Amino acid sequence: MAQPILEIENLCVDIKVPSGLLRAVQNINFSVAKGETLCIVGESGCGKSITALSLMNLLPRTATRSADKLMLDGRDLRGLGEREMSDLRGNRMAMIFQEPMTSLNPAYSIGNQLEEAMQRHRNVGTGEARDRAVFLLEKVGITGARGRLGQYPHQLSGGLRQRVMIAMSLMCEPALILADEPTTALDVTIQAQILHLLADLRDEFETSLILITHDLGIVARVADRVAVMYAGEFVETGTTEQVFNAPSHPYTQGLLRCIPIPGKTKRGEHLGAIPGIVPNLVGEMQGCHFASRCSHVHDACQSGHIALRASFEESHQYRCVLTPKVCAANSKRKVVA
Amino acid sequence: MANVSLARAGIPTAEEILEPSPGAMLRRRIFGNIGLLFGAVVLLTIVFMALFAGVISPGDPYDQVLSRKLIPPIWHDGPKVTWEHPLGTDALGRDYLTRLFYGARISLFIGFAAMLISGVIGTTLGVLAGYFGGRVDMVVNFILTTRLSLPVVLVALAVVSLIGSSLTVVIWVLGLLIWDRFAVVMRSATQQIRNLEFVSAAQALGCSTPRIILSEIIPNIANHLIVVATLEMAHAILLEAALSFLGLGVQPPEPSWGLMVAEAKGLIFFDSWLIGIPGAAIFILVLSINLVGDGIRDVTAPENRN
Amino acid sequence: MLAYALKRLGVALLVALTVSIITFSMVYLPGDPAMALAPESASQEDIEHIRRVYGFDRPILVQYLDWLVHAVQGDFGHSHYLNEPAANVIFDRLPTTMLLGACAITFALLLSIPLGVLAAIRPNSLIDRFALALAVVGQAMPTFWFALTMMLWFGITWRLLPITGTASWKNFVMPAIALGYYVTPGVMRLTRAGMLEVLASDYIRTARAKGLQPMRVLFKHALRNAILPVVSLAAVQFGFMLGGSIVIETIFAINGLGFLAWESIQRADLPMMQAIVLVLSVFYIALTLLADLLNAFLDPRIRVS
Repeated sequence: MAQPILEIENLCVDIKVPSGLLRAVQNINFSVAKGETLCIVGESGCGKSITALSLMNLLPRTATRSADKLMLDGRDLRGLGEREMSDLRGNRMAMIFQEPMTSLNPAYSIGNQLEEAMQRHRNVGTGEARDRAVFLLEKVGITGARGRLGQYPHQLSGGLRQRVMIAMSLMCEPALILADEPTTALDVTIQAQILHLLADLRDEFETSLILITHDLGIVARVADRVAVMYAGEFVETGTTEQVFNAPSHPYTQGLLRCIPIPGKTKRGEHLGAIPGIVPNLVGEMQGCHFASRCSHVHDACQSGHIALRASFEESHQYRCVLTPKVCAANSKRKVVA
Repeated sequence: MANVSLARAGIPTAEEILEPSPGAMLRRRIFGNIGLLFGAVVLLTIVFMALFAGVISPGDPYDQVLSRKLIPPIWHDGPKVTWEHPLGTDALGRDYLTRLFYGARISLFIGFAAMLISGVIGTTLGVLAGYFGGRVDMVVNFILTTRLSLPVVLVALAVVSLIGSSLTVVIWVLGLLIWDRFAVVMRSATQQIRNLEFVSAAQALGCSTPRIILSEIIPNIANHLIVVATLEMAHAILLEAALSFLGLGVQPPEPSWGLMVAEAKGLIFFDSWLIGIPGAAIFILVLSINLVGDGIRDVTAPENRN
Repeated sequence: MLAYALKRLGVALLVALTVSIITFSMVYLPGDPAMALAPESASQEDIEHIRRVYGFDRPILVQYLDWLVHAVQGDFGHSHYLNEPAANVIFDRLPTTMLLGACAITFALLLSIPLGVLAAIRPNSLIDRFALALAVVGQAMPTFWFALTMMLWFGITWRLLPITGTASWKNFVMPAIALGYYVTPGVMRLTRAGMLEVLASDYIRTARAKGLQPMRVLFKHALRNAILPVVSLAAVQFGFMLGGSIVIETIFAINGLGFLAWESIQRADLPMMQAIVLVLSVFYIALTLLADLLNAFLDPRIRVS
C-alpha cells in the first residue's frame, strides 16, 4: 500500500455534559490510502459525525480531542492552532454535510460561496475562481453552470444544493473528503445519483473519501474498506468483502440482518432488529459496549477491556470475545428458533 | 440477576437513568436561579411595604411640617439629621420614608391595573389572531401596527391633559396603550399550540371554539402570559413614573415616586438625595419585577432563554 | 420584490390613514371642542361663534376630510397660542430632535451590537454576564432618573458637560446617552440571540469547513444574517425614541419637537399636539416601511423570488 493520506491512532473525543464526561469517541485507529474509500457505519449517536468533525477540528467548544497520531498527508495535525487548521480545511481536507438545505449561507449567491473557498487558499483572481466554480458545477452535473453562479441557495432544490456542496469541497482539490451522511436528507432517487457522483469524482480526482453513513446499501456499493462503529468504538474493520461476507461482531451481524436481500429474504419473514438502545457514554465503561443488547452475552463480556482482534486475515479485525463461527452459529440458531 | 450483570457492565441502572420528578426539577431550577430568588424577595418586601404602609410608616404622607423641611437622610452629616426621619423630609417637611411607602402602593396599583387591562386586550387579540389566522390575523396585525405607530408617551400625555388627570384616567390610558407585547407573544404562542395534536383532538371531538380556546389554548400559553404580564407591569410602572414626572400623571399631594422626583428636580443642586431616593425606588421595583419575569421564563421554559 | 414593496406601501398608507383618524378625534376627547377652546367666562353666544369659526358645526366626516386634505398638503392647522401655522413651528424644531435621535441611536447601536456579538461568541463568559447585567439594569432604569443622575454627576459634581441647552455638541452627549441607553438592552439581546442562532447554524460550520478565517466567518457569514432583524428593531426603536424624547428634551431644555410637545400640552394647544402626534406617527410609519424594504433588499430570499 502506498503512503496513507490519513493515519490515526488512538483518537479520543470527550464531551463535557452536565452529568459528567461523555466519551463520544474512544481509541479509534485507522488509515486511508490515496484514492481509497473508507465507510464508517453505525447508528445515530455512535460517534461517527464526531469523528469526522474532530478530524476537521470543528468540534463544539465543550469537546476535547486527543490522539497518539493524527497525520494528514504526512503532516501532524495535533497541536495545530485554529489558523493553521483553517489553512488545511477546505484546502487539503474538505467536508460535505448531511443537511444541504441549511448548509449554504442564504445571504450569498452560490458563486460567491464557491469562489470564496478557492480564494481563501489559492492566490487567484475572481475570474479564475469563477472558471473553476463553473468547471466543477458542470462536473457535478449542474447544467447552465455559469448562469447558476448568481443564484441563491433558496432557489435550488436539496439535490442541487448538495451538488453545490460537493463542488465546493473540490474547489482546492483536497487530498481527502469527509462526507457525513451526504444523502440522508435527500429523496431516494437523488441519493443514488449523488452517491455515483461522489464515487466518479473520487476516481477522477484521485481523492480519498471517508463516507459516514448508517446505510449498508451505500457501503456495499462504494466502500473499499468498512469500519463499523458502536458506542464510540470501532467494533469491526476490514475490507468491504471481509465485513460483508464474514461479519464477525454480533453488532455487524445484526446490522446485516436488518437489510432485506432480494431472493433470500422470504415474503412475510421478519427482518432482523437489534433490541435496546445505544448505552449512555457518560463516564468509564467496563467490558463490551454492546453487551446490553447482545444475544450472546456471557460473563467474559462484562469486565475488562475487549480489544480488537484479527480474524483469519490480519486486515479484518473485530472486537468480541467470541470467535465468529460460534457467534454466527448461535445467531443462526436464534433466527431459526 | 439481570440487574447485577447490567451494573457490572457499567450500564446505568434504572435509578441512575431515572431523572428526578418534574416537581423536584422545578424546585431545583427555582432555587438555582439567583435572579428569580433575589427579585422575588425584593418584590415581596416592596409589596409588604405597600400593604402595611399605614402600620409601618413613621409618619403621615401628607403632613407638612415646614419647620422640619429638607432634613437630609441619616447617612448624611448635619445638625438636622435625625432617626425620626430616616430618609429625611422633602421641601414641605413631609417624612420621605412614609411617602416612599405610600408611593409603593400607587406604583404597584397602577402597574397591576394597567397590566390587567392591557393583558385582557392584548391576549384577546393575540389568541384570536393566532388561533384563526388568515383575515383575523391580518386585521389584528393592522391594529397592532397602528398602535405601534402612535408614540406612547406623547399620546398618553396628550390624552391625559385633554380629559384631565386622575388615577383612573392614567390606568386606562396606559392599559389601552401598552397591550402590544401581549398581542405579539400570545399570537405566536397560540400559533404553536394550535397545530398540536390535543387541539386537533378537541376539534375532532366537536368542542366549541370558545371552549377549545379557554380550556386547551389558554392553559398552555399561561406561562408566556405570566412572563409578559410581569414585564408589562414593570413597563406600566415606568410609564406612570414618567407621566407623573412630567406633571400629567398622579397629581400632588399624592406620593407617586415619579412625582417625588419631579418635585425635587429644582433642588438638584442642593438636595440631590431627594431625587436619588424615589428614583432608586422605581429602579429597584422595576428591576425586581423584571428579574421575577425573566426567572419565571427561565424556570418554566429554559429553552426559550433568549 | 416590486410586488412586495407595493403591498407594503399600501399597508403603510392605510395605517397612516387610521392614525390620522385617531389624531383627528383627539379634538373630541374633552367633549365639546368649542367649549374647551372658549375661556371660562364665555357666554353661550361666544361658544356658538367659536363653533362656527372653527367649523365644529359641520358634520364630523366633513371636518375630518377638511383637516386631512390640509394635513396632506402640509397644513397642520394654526397654533392658537403661538399664532403661527403649526407646520412652521414643527419644521423649525424637527431638526434638533432628529439630531438628538440620530446621536442617541448611534450611541445605542455602537454599544449594543458589539456587546451582543461578543456575548454570543463567548456565551456565559464574563463579557456575556456583563452585557446581561447592563441589559437588565438598562431595562429597569427610569429614563428621567438616569438623565437627572447623569446631570448631577457629569454636569454638577464634576462639571464635565453642560447641563442644558443646545449650544455645542457637548450639550448632546448626556441627552443622547440617556435617550439611547433605553434602546440598548433590546438591541443587544436581539443581536446576541440572533448571533447565537446563526453561529450554531449549518452554514457557519460550512464556512469554517472551507477554512475561512474566524473574523471572516464572523463578519461575512454570521453578522450579515444576524443583523437583519436588528435593522428592523433599530428602525422601530428610533421611532419610539423620537416619541420618547419628550422626557429627555424637557429635562435638558433642548428646544426640539419633544419640548414643543410638552409646551403645547401645558398650553392646551390642541392643533399643535395633533400635528406633532401625526408627524411623529407618519415618520415612524415611513421609517418602518424603509426598514422593511431595506430588509427585503438585504435578504435574497425576499429580493430574488
